[in-house]
Amino acid sequence: MVKSKSAYSPPTNLGKLDTHIIVVWVTNEASVLSRVVGLFSGRGYNIESLAVAEVDQKNNLSRITIVTTGTPQVIEQILLQLKKLVPVHKVGNFKRDDKNVIFREMALLKIVANTVKIKKALITCKKFNPVILDQTNKSAVIQIIALKKEIDNVTKILKPLGLVSASRTGAVAMTRGAEIFN
Amino acid sequence: MSKLYSGAEIVFKSLEDQKVEHIFGYPGGAVLPIYDELKNHPSIKHILVRHEQGAGHAAEGYARSTGKPGVVLVTSGPGATNVVTALTDAYMDSVPLVCISGQVPTHLIGTDAFQECDTTGITRPCTKHNWLVKDINDLPRIMHEAFEVATTGRPGPVLVDIPKDIQFAKAKYFKPKKEKKLKEKSLNRFNQKDIDQLVDLMKKASKPIFYSGGGVINSGPKASELLRELVSLTGFPITSTLQGLGAYPGDDDQFLGMLGMHGTFEANNAMHDCDLLINIGARFDDRITGKIDEFSPKSKKVHIDIDPSSINKIIKVDLSIVGDVADVIKSITKTLQKKNLNLEKSNKQKISKWWQQIEKWRTKQSLNFINSDTVIKPQHAVQRLYELTKDRDTYITTEVGQHQMWAAQHYKFNKPNRWMTSGGLGTMGYGLPAAVGVQVAHPEKLVIDIAGEASILMTMQEISTAVQYNLPIKIFILNNQYMGMVRQWQELLHEKNYSESYSKALPDFVKLAEAYGCVGIRAENPDELDEKIEEMINTDRPVIFDCHVDQAENCYPMIPSGKPHNQMLLGPNDQEKNKISGKGKALV
Repeated sequence: MVKSKSAYSPPTNLGKLDTHIIVVWVTNEASVLSRVVGLFSGRGYNIESLAVAEVDQKNNLSRITIVTTGTPQVIEQILLQLKKLVPVHKVGNFKRDDKNVIFREMALLKIVANTVKIKKALITCKKFNPVILDQTNKSAVIQIIALKKEIDNVTKILKPLGLVSASRTGAVAMTRGAEIFN
Repeated sequence: MSKLYSGAEIVFKSLEDQKVEHIFGYPGGAVLPIYDELKNHPSIKHILVRHEQGAGHAAEGYARSTGKPGVVLVTSGPGATNVVTALTDAYMDSVPLVCISGQVPTHLIGTDAFQECDTTGITRPCTKHNWLVKDINDLPRIMHEAFEVATTGRPGPVLVDIPKDIQFAKAKYFKPKKEKKLKEKSLNRFNQKDIDQLVDLMKKASKPIFYSGGGVINSGPKASELLRELVSLTGFPITSTLQGLGAYPGDDDQFLGMLGMHGTFEANNAMHDCDLLINIGARFDDRITGKIDEFSPKSKKVHIDIDPSSINKIIKVDLSIVGDVADVIKSITKTLQKKNLNLEKSNKQKISKWWQQIEKWRTKQSLNFINSDTVIKPQHAVQRLYELTKDRDTYITTEVGQHQMWAAQHYKFNKPNRWMTSGGLGTMGYGLPAAVGVQVAHPEKLVIDIAGEASILMTMQEISTAVQYNLPIKIFILNNQYMGMVRQWQELLHEKNYSESYSKALPDFVKLAEAYGCVGIRAENPDELDEKIEEMINTDRPVIFDCHVDQAENCYPMIPSGKPHNQMLLGPNDQEKNKISGKGKALV
């Protein structure tokens, strides 16, 4: 074994990585997003996607949805550290495979191709309620709403059909049934 | 209609309402309106430092020795960036600071104006929270909130950035609302079930240990009293982190000394072999745990902390109790008494074996060193300093390095808030300005900065502050002409390649003291040490004490790199006996 010259503890065996969707309610004030994102970058946590918008104008609340991966220990730390931030009101945490939670991501896909290919592209998107937002005889902008994995797949298939640009929102989440998260 | 006040007036009115008596600062263009207002508030005394980092550390020393928040006032741009080290230091060691910084006028923000910087952006990761005041009407609320955030829950630094136009603008002022609690952030979140579970573990334990930290100090002097009561009621041994020293009397028989990288042999071995580890207000820092995989492998672990994010961050624990240390200890003691459990008596037999083992470890006398007649050993110097000052209520600050560890090992603290050292961030240059802050808070007390010659040069300028305000601080420099801890690591880990750790040119500290208008004393051999220390103590002015010590001395015992607690490296006395060679050397 190589003789260690460092007094820091060597890295321990990592636990299993899980993908979690973390929902954060924050006061909608200047620099609040940077506090949340800075926490992730400063402590070395990963952000796969991020969606944020004001959800309550009266109470000045924004809702941030972050998709992240980490060991159970890291996820627990993320939640606890987020709760310490002053503008954070509450924090929700869901595993990506949680059946009681709906996850959705929206994508705007621009296809530049002939009408035949555009038609094929629409058929490919059929399962995801495609809406044509704009169409010319050599292009179309299609909106789909689906899971991240599904959009990943669709964009792969659409590449040869003339997909030139994709804009995605990142995942947002909502629990099923009458329950709300606390 | 109620009266309108300028932003600068509002700043001072809120400082008055928060009962602030001292602020540490340095003026500049963007805070001039606030400085202009200073003259109208005689209850608030401003201490002019020589560098903003010094203001920050002085406020830390002030806060840690009084339990009250320290207040810092600096200008925009370089004023704010200079204070960043102190803010980070306070953040790491949970010291309540309120830093007020000037900013360029609102309409110039973002234009790269003169002395502009993104202060809130720069300080976001090193404060609990910060505010850029964009509307004068928000200022009273923000000022009160700043003090509340800094002092509640786990304390820490905050910063309020006030643009110059806001300092001139006018608004109504309102007093802080009383008893307004920050939602869920300062609350105790434990219940009797947790306490019962802990008491049950304590009853069953045969090798228990308390491991207490800075949280006990931060919880207030009452927490230290309660801790002493609990320890005596249980008969358990107790060890402490660097920051926790003083919460439990350093000369008590149940105290095993400090633990961790330079902790005692008995404390670290007890941590390794115990079957119940009760962490009270400490955070399993990496200088404490050593190798994480092999940290205290046989124990049930309990963690008492006010900050829920400290729990399970590094070490997984079996029972966590989130709450203020004083409240938690009170509940434990109450429960023990209610159940009529005097563990000291009932558990005596079980624990007495444990104590026998501890006594065996104690015979190693791991803090021992080979003393000399010709050259002052640094440990000897600290011991003499302790013996000659222990009868006074002495406040000790330190810089960072070997001298800091020797101070922690050989100076025995009996009261909380008497020991100010930079632990988490390890900021060289902390001790001198911190001593300034301590002396401001306690003008009649003896305040000593145990220093190294390399650290002291980093914030040397603050001796000028001490002279200006007649603060009779004592700078006790253990001068070995090396960055001692760097040199030690280079000797042990980098084949004695002393790369850039020797200071070829050092000032004559006695003459330097005279140049600053204070007193310089030099000690060069063990015979004159006591007499010179007495002279220092009896001088009612700031003193720089240049104590020439053995250049080659290393700080032992030591947990070598990546090793668990039970594989400590002992001092030369023991090494001589056991002749560590060949394979053993690889342990380093």
